[in-house]
Amino acid sequence: MNWTWLHRFGSPPYFYRFAGRWAPWFLGISIVLLLAGLYGGLVMAPVDYYQSEVYRIIYVHVPSAYLALMSYTWMALAAAIGLIWRIKVCHAIAAGCAPAGASFTAVSLITGMIWGEPTWGTWWIWDPRLVSQLFVLFFFLGYMALRSSIEDRDRADRASAVLAIVGLVNVPIVHYSVDWWNSLHQAPTLMRSDGPSMPMAMLWPLLVMIGAYTFYFVAIMLMRARAEVLRRERGGTWLREELARAA
Amino acid sequence: MSEFLEMKGYGIYVWPAYVIALGALWLNVWIARRQLRTARAEARRRLAMLEQNP
Repeated sequence: MNWTWLHRFGSPPYFYRFAGRWAPWFLGISIVLLLAGLYGGLVMAPVDYYQSEVYRIIYVHVPSAYLALMSYTWMALAAAIGLIWRIKVCHAIAAGCAPAGASFTAVSLITGMIWGEPTWGTWWIWDPRLVSQLFVLFFFLGYMALRSSIEDRDRADRASAVLAIVGLVNVPIVHYSVDWWNSLHQAPTLMRSDGPSMPMAMLWPLLVMIGAYTFYFVAIMLMRARAEVLRRERGGTWLREELARAA
Repeated sequence: MSEFLEMKGYGIYVWPAYVIALGALWLNVWIARRQLRTARAEARRRLAMLEQNP
């Protein structure tokens, strides 16, 4: 197998151009999917027998939580690759995952609280699922704080990568927390061994929203990583050419 | 229409959740674009300085 195509991504000019070309497409596809998912979730999906209309929060809550865990996983993997093979673009990608990941971890917690009040009777409970997700938020914030607190970029890359990798242990804990412990949070609806436990009319808008969030995540990550690549560049002809073209 | 907004009395929960989620989606795009612009401007300044004193 020829791996040279993969190696090109390690070169900042190649990555910068590639990301600039593809980020708008990912964002555009995510907006189309988002509109379809919102219409499906808010208008077309039937009312739930047990939870009435409030269950519709699922269409923003689950995709946010999914995006939080997905961006953490990608952040840790990119940081690990950057750490092991010393590829700077990978650290830029890892840094690009963190802000979106942190904000959607917060969104998943807040929308969960809004959902919890009418269905559980409480905004917050020290439940395994909720606490482990709160830890995801702390790892994201810690990662960003650590990066911004170290002046030397290479040292910041290495230290924050170690933190990201350590926090990866938490990701499966979040996912399996509802199975391992007695949790108020419901068990998974989608990723079950016996298939999704939702009727198709309710399920498809959720899957479309998850698709929208996936494309959205890639778009944001590429945009952020581009800015990070620019910040690291100290000159070079490619940069001169790119900036002349962007002006 | 008002029936849709009321959501059988759950509108006060459903709509804020959607506003927060969609607001976060919009905010992330806005910040990412602004950061890219700032990074470009900074890179231009750095290049100009390099040209002045190489």
